[in-house]
Order: sequence, then structure tokens, then C-alpha cells
Amino acid sequence: MSIEICALSKQFGSFTALNSINLKVNPGELLALLGPSGSGKTTLLRIIAGLETADSGQVLFNQENSTDKHIRDRHVGFVFQHYALFRNMTIFENVAFGLRVRPRKQRPNTREINRRVTELLQLVQLDWLADRYPHQLSGGQRQRIALARALAVEPGVLLLDEPFGALDAKVRKELRAWLRKLHNDMHITSVFVTHDQEEALEVADRIVVMNRGRIEQIGTPNEVYEKPANPFVYEFLGHVNLFHGRVHQGHAWIGDLEIDAPEYPEAEDLSAIAYVRPHDIEVERTLNGEPALAAYVAHILSIGPVVRLELTHGDDLTQGAIHATISKERFRELQLVKGDQVFVKPRRLDLFPNHAHNGSIHS
Amino acid sequence: MTTIPLPQISPAPHKVVTQESPWARWTLILLALSFLSLFLLLPLVAVFFEALRKGWEVYLAAITEPDALAAIRLTLTAAAIAVPLNLIFGIAAAWAIAKFEFRGKSILTSLIDLPFSVSPVVAGLIYVLIFGLQGWAGPWLREHDISIIFAVPGIVLATIFVTVPFIARELIPLMQAQGSEEEEAAIILGASGWQTLWHITLPNIKWGLLYGTILCNARAMGEFGAVSVVSGHIRGLTNTLSLHVEILYNEYNFVAAFAVASLLALLALVTLVLKTLAEAKVAQQTTRGNHS
Repeated sequence: MSIEICALSKQFGSFTALNSINLKVNPGELLALLGPSGSGKTTLLRIIAGLETADSGQVLFNQENSTDKHIRDRHVGFVFQHYALFRNMTIFENVAFGLRVRPRKQRPNTREINRRVTELLQLVQLDWLADRYPHQLSGGQRQRIALARALAVEPGVLLLDEPFGALDAKVRKELRAWLRKLHNDMHITSVFVTHDQEEALEVADRIVVMNRGRIEQIGTPNEVYEKPANPFVYEFLGHVNLFHGRVHQGHAWIGDLEIDAPEYPEAEDLSAIAYVRPHDIEVERTLNGEPALAAYVAHILSIGPVVRLELTHGDDLTQGAIHATISKERFRELQLVKGDQVFVKPRRLDLFPNHAHNGSIHS
Repeated sequence: MTTIPLPQISPAPHKVVTQESPWARWTLILLALSFLSLFLLLPLVAVFFEALRKGWEVYLAAITEPDALAAIRLTLTAAAIAVPLNLIFGIAAAWAIAKFEFRGKSILTSLIDLPFSVSPVVAGLIYVLIFGLQGWAGPWLREHDISIIFAVPGIVLATIFVTVPFIARELIPLMQAQGSEEEEAAIILGASGWQTLWHITLPNIKWGLLYGTILCNARAMGEFGAVSVVSGHIRGLTNTLSLHVEILYNEYNFVAAFAVASLLALLALVTLVLKTLAEAKVAQQTTRGNHS
């Protein structure tokens, strides 16, 4: 089933939760709505489900206008952040609920219900918990049951609201991979909300980055990570260094450092901000003829396959310290210790001329 | 990389900072116990002692004479009407307050508490003012030959008034703590409004509901002030148990008064036991949510 959202707006008092949103979810895709809290992502999901109504705009399922359809007739599956399992029912009854409440004519018989529920519990690998109550399960188990319950009614669309938000880091990682695999097997059109960029990048086919009720960028994980459309997306997705500089006739300056900027041949002394990912920062012990910025090693974190350096820089060209990530081998070569002077240079950067920096997001 | 040694965690100190000295503790416990014995336990014992002072036969005779039986019947009738009505109103009001946002919500919340803050006698007088012979609706009621004041309907009305808060007050915090996500989940899964109420909402609040109902029932049967104003004290007709006790006492018929009073005391004891049991279950139902 495809979902199409046209010019959707929603206001809560004076707060604009959604500002004329347009979005198309392709059949069978796994789409992530990514954004900070208050960006409108959960509101959008709840409007798609029918739990909230929009002030204006339309929601179409398979090109059919469903804006005024009752929740019951939308055939969506919904997974809540806090699971919302029925606490007074066993796990089996939880999963069977959607089948049991059907009108008599459409209701499968008891044998059929038993078969379907058992099958779903096997799918989420928790059939051995059928007789337990929700409070006897761990968070990760509850969320898998919530998913099985949502799938029991064979929904055309699966909507997940921060499904792993309440779980601890290890379980979250496991469930992410598991959801991805489940989606590969089932190919049900799915939309999930998250504020965790890593989760969105790892799981989704496409990511919709939202901020203040608007869509900032839509693209594959690779696209939004490698080619962020604007400073907001840059800062929201992954760690990034921000440099203040100027652009002039195809060249950019960050302090004394000159960089080619052929995309802006016409620029006349514009102020600009440049973003550099930590792994795109080159670190040298000595100046090798090329221009570079001098900095001092303030902190070394060498856990895992890479070494993370925190470098302080005299001028106010950057926001705080410069973060650089280098390989273990390179770190051994350089033999850095705290307090050493180094010279840094961006290997790759993205320029946004004339952009007033909004400075609000640090992930 | 250097490792930083963790500070040695010293074993938990034996004396907890919030714990008082034994002397202070025992004084407080003794004070509380003697207060309770003097003001609660002693009167309770006295009721049964006085009631049985002249033996079982007199006791049984006092509670089985026609006027006493009529009082018992009336008290049960009033409770049987007031409690179910408050049950429905309590669930509806708690549902509205806990799960929806609407204008006038805070007014509704304070209105529910009104019977707690108004003296029961005033509540009774209000009904006399409205439905009494000289009241607003008096002439109309007389024309149609309907009597409310000094009759059973007045007693039921007064009982409903004083017992309104009990069930709603018990359910509102419980429903607020549970939120409405389970109801949302049920509706998305295709359940109708009634199915959601029946399978999700009511089972989730059943112990709180029982707790509120027990308290509501105890108050309904024990109410004196409001009922006294609207009753008219007609023996065998408009006397509830509490009013019957007062009449007997005023007639210096102490044994009979205490015998009937012992019925109310027994009701209180049963209520107390049921309340304690329900309370434990309510606590369980609140904490056993999805967030635990």
C-alpha cells in the first residue's frame, strides 16, 4: 500500500506542529521520520494512523483519500513507544485481540485464531511466552509482542512511534537489525519515527529529516549523510565540525586556509559556514608546505578501531574544539600525546555561503 | 591509557540518617496507638458491649422488630439506588477528565469535590428548598401528587449527593496514571467503543472501581446529616438505620440503639477489610503498567 500526504498542516494552539507537509511513501518501503523533539514527526505519524486529525491537507492510502476515514477502517498497524500492551491480558490474548474483536462474519474461528497467533509469536520468536502477562516480560520482548499484535490484523501499513526509544542501547541495536530483517521478509509499507540518527541511517530505505514542522530533506541514508541539503541536516546527522569563513570568486577562506570552491564563482566576499566530518580532517605533525590550521591536542580517546582527537584552536573560527577521527595506524605514526601541536586541514568540506548559523542542534 | 581506580565503596552505614532514636520512635508509636484506642477502638468495643448488655435475645429482638427491619430495608434501598448511579457517573466523569481535554474540565473536577466541602445538612436543606412544599418545584410536585421530601425519593437524592465524589475521585488518578495508549491500541486494532470499554478500560480499573464502590456504599449506608433533614423521621417509613439509632437513643432505649448501631459498626468493619484488600490490588494495577 502506498501513502501520500498532501499539504498537511496541524496547529496546537499557537504551536505549528506541521506546516504544509507533502510526502509520498512508496509501497513496501521502510521510511524513517527523523527529527529532534518538537519537529512534528510523531504528530505526522499519528495523523497518518488517524489518532489525530489534521487542520488541513489530505492523507491518501493507495491514491484513495482517507483523510476522514475512521481509524478502524484504515487498516494500519501501530506500534507505540511504550508498547501499550493490554496489561490485563496474556501475551496470547494480546496478539489475538485484533482478530477477536472483529464482527462475527469476518471473525476467524477459534482454531484459525490459535494458528495465526502461534504463527506470529513464532515470527517474533516468543511463542514460549504465550501464557505470561506483559509485566512479566522485558522491554525488548514487550516491543516484539506489540509488533506481533499489530501484524495480526494484516495491516496495509505499519506505523512505529519511536519503537526502540524506551529500550537500553544493546537491545535497541539487536531490535534494529531484527526489524530490518523482518521488513525484508514481509515487505509491508512501514513508517517509523525516531530521533536517533544512527537508527534511521541503519534501518531505513529512505529518511525524511524534519524540523519545526517542515521537511528539511528526503533521501536515502547515503544521500542525507553524504549530501545534506542544508546546515540543519548536516548538524543533525552525525558528528560534524563547523567552521566560519568567507567565500570569494570561487575560493573559500577559513582563517588563512584557502580552499577551492568552484561551485561559487560569482561569490563576492560572502560570509559562509563550512562543515567537515571528523573523519575528513587530516592531521599532520608538521607543515608540509600546504596551508593548514595550527591546533593543540586537548584530549585523546582511543577506544575501538579509531582514535578520536579533540583539538583546540586559538581563533574563533570554529565552534568549540575541532573533532578529528583518525585510524589507529595513523595515530601510531603520529605518536601524539596531549598538548602536542598539530596542523589540520579538511580533506572534504561543504560550504553554505551567506547562511546565518542557527547554532541550535548538536547531536 | 591509564586506568583510574574506582573509589572504595564503603559498606552501608548502620544508622540511617532519617531514623529517629529508639526513644523518639517508641514515644510516637505509643502516642498513635493510645490515641487510636481511645477514640476508635474503645467506642467500637463499647457499641458491642452495650448492645449485648442484656443478652442475645434482647439484642435480636431489637434488630428484628418491624421498625428496625424497615430501617434496614430503606438503608439498603437507598444504597442500592445511589451506588449504581454513582458507579455510572463516576466512570463517565473519570473517563472524561482523565482521557480528554475540554473546556470546563477544571470546573467539573471541583464540582465533583463539592459534596466533600459542603456540610451534609446544607445539602439536605438545598433539596428541601427545591422539592419541599414551599420550594421551587413544590406546587408542581403537589399537583402531580409526587412526594420527594419526607419520603423515600428525598432520602435517595440526599444519599446520591453526599456519595458523588467517592468513585470518581478514586478512578481519576488511576486512569490518568494509565494514560489512553491501551485504548488507542485497541481502536487501531479494530475494536469498537464498547469493546474497548469492556475489554480494556474496565478490567484495568476494576480494583479501583471496587475500592471506590466500597467507600461509596459505606457512606451511603452511614449518612446521617443530609438524610436527617429530608427524612421527616416517620417510623417504619422514612427512617434509615442511622436515623433509627438516633430515635431509639432519644427515647432512652439504649440497648436497642446500640444493637442497631452495632449493625452499622459491623458494616464498617467489613468495609475496612474489603477496602484493605482492594487497596493492595489497586497499587498492583497502577505499578504493573507497561512502564514498570
